[in-house]
Amino acid sequence: MKILVAVKRVVDHNVRIRVRPDGSGVETNGVRMSMNPFCKHAVEAAVQLAEAGQASEIVVVSIGPKASNDVILTALAMGAHRGILVETDAALETLAIAKLLAKVVDEEQPDLVLLGKQAVDDDSNHVGQMLAALTNRPQATFASEIKLDGHTLEVTREVDYGRETIDLALPAIVTADLRLNTPRNAALPMVMKARSKPLAVRPAAEFGVDLTPRLVVESVAPPAERAAGTTVASAIDLADIIVADVNEMEAI
Amino acid sequence: MGVLVLAELDNGTLSPATARVVAAAAKLGAIDLLVAGPRAAAEAGATLAGVAKVILATETVLADGLANLLAGLAPGYEHIAAAASTTGKDVMPRLAAQLDIQPVTDIVAILGANRFTRPIYAGNALQTLTDAQARHVLTFRASAFRPAAGGNAAPIETLDATVASAARFIAAHRTESDIPDLATAQIVVGGGVSVGSAEGFKLIEALGRSLGAAIGATRAAVDAGYAPNDWQVGQTGKIIAPDLYIAVGISGALQHIAGIQGAKKIIAINTDAEAPIVKIADVALIGDLFDILPQLTAELEKRGLKG
Ligand SMILES: Cc1cc2nc3c(=O)[nH]c(=O)nc-3n(C[C@H](O)[C@H](O)[C@H](O)COP(=O)(O)OP(=O)(O)OC[C@H]3O[C@@H](n4cnc5c(N)ncnc54)[C@H](O)[C@@H]3O)c2cc1C
Ligand SMILES: Nc1ncnc2c1ncn2[C@@H]1O[C@H](COP(=O)(O)O)[C@@H](O)[C@H]1O
Repeated sequence: MKILVAVKRVVDHNVRIRVRPDGSGVETNGVRMSMNPFCKHAVEAAVQLAEAGQASEIVVVSIGPKASNDVILTALAMGAHRGILVETDAALETLAIAKLLAKVVDEEQPDLVLLGKQAVDDDSNHVGQMLAALTNRPQATFASEIKLDGHTLEVTREVDYGRETIDLALPAIVTADLRLNTPRNAALPMVMKARSKPLAVRPAAEFGVDLTPRLVVESVAPPAERAAGTTVASAIDLADIIVADVNEMEAI
Repeated sequence: MGVLVLAELDNGTLSPATARVVAAAAKLGAIDLLVAGPRAAAEAGATLAGVAKVILATETVLADGLANLLAGLAPGYEHIAAAASTTGKDVMPRLAAQLDIQPVTDIVAILGANRFTRPIYAGNALQTLTDAQARHVLTFRASAFRPAAGGNAAPIETLDATVASAARFIAAHRTESDIPDLATAQIVVGGGVSVGSAEGFKLIEALGRSLGAAIGATRAAVDAGYAPNDWQVGQTGKIIAPDLYIAVGISGALQHIAGIQGAKKIIAINTDAEAPIVKIADVALIGDLFDILPQLTAELEKRGLKG
């Protein structure tokens, strides 16, 4: 079985972001970048399937500027076999990303595509579902458990009411949630070895996809700041405050 | 042209999120509400103000089936909308790609027929955008909108369409409880990993009961197995906007704050006066939750408060 994993380079999730004063966006210059956390879970899931002898090849793909090479290298160090960088400096919308990935799926014909459930920059949570539509494959989003039995995938999904289990036949698209696994930190020898694994760089323009944005972002603003509050001394004082609050609440 | 809204269902009944999404979508035009579920849910949907008609379809839960159902109806509408729930997130991007539309999701403010505000970076920035496409696929954060009024009696039309799904539903693992719906609750009590055990969460639940509150948890508490996953609040959990959020033994990591930014008032109970949650709380009580919670719950019960 062949697995394709899509990984995105984003502002590291520990960085406290800053909105540019002119409202043009979030400052990414000089900010630490890393692989989107959900993508790490997707890579880990693929590597575990390979280690279990259930997958023979893991191809990792990232769409973005040249610097996205570093997240591909991270995935290769974790155990993926080869990488594809679809290079573009443009900030692409999720539909364009999904269309480019659909072209890669066309070329590579993977049995399983693993993605993160969302990228923590735009928090879109779109691409896996869009790719499933464009490639006409079944999808299982928000996966917290994956079991492969021959050509059938059993996926447990984290949903609003708890969890649910669904079955899907390969080829399929799965997006990873955080409780799917614990991503490994690649040891130094693996990091060294990653540099010798094949990494193809392909200009996005080569794929013949219309990448023109459909949305016009007018402004980006920081949320309203919460003013510092007061401290109370005891549970009794706190009860007074809560009772007063509840009495004031407007009934819905 | 009107708005097609996918009703949010929970175990076959209309979820409280639906009334909120209907209220939001009503700003865009007259609503046809698609209920892919039991007739009783359609009847509940027909009472919501702003609904012109309910379309009742065969019960469908999987994303490709729902997306196909919506795609079949789509040509008649300028806006197609759903809640930014796990169902809406599963279905709407798939539908959008099928229709070659770039969706706009997690909308928290409607500024015009095609102008919206949505949070990015875990709510640390708000993006205002214009959707220049002729048709729009949207999801709304239910917690950002007040529910639509009742009292309507919209007609119910039955749709004869069979939807096939390439995936197969095997089992639901539902967290059974009589606790109010977290995503739309007016009061929420949240517990962190410092609560220490599933047993410890009983203290959180007892405080919640005294207030008629829903219960939330941090990812750390869920990962540790102290609370079910559907209690998780934050960037990857539920987004809530209660009138009152009581954060117990929660540090206030930015991914957790992402889920509670809409709370009107935040109360923090924490041993650490320097915890980030204390810095943004309206009221803080510095101390050990194991001492404070029993006292606080007893005190509230004494005063006869109930939700
Ligand atoms: C991509 C990503 C997504 C994430 N999504 C989410 C999400 O959706 N929701 C979420 O919550 N987290 C999320 N996280 C995790 C988040 O970063 C934090 O790790 C988590 O919120 C911390 O949970 P906590 O506050 O329970 O634990 P801690 O940060 O360990 O805080 C424990 C707090 O309890 C206090 N305390 C200790 N003992 C007591 C006591 N006896 N009485 C009172 N107070 C006490 C401590 O002072 C401390 O402030 C995400 C992380 C990543 C990387
Ligand atoms: N530029 C990109 N390159 C590769 N994969 C991406 C890119 N953007 C999004 N993805 C994938 O799609 C997932 C969901 O992203 P999103 O829909 O943008 O929230 C991510 O976790 C990645 O797996």
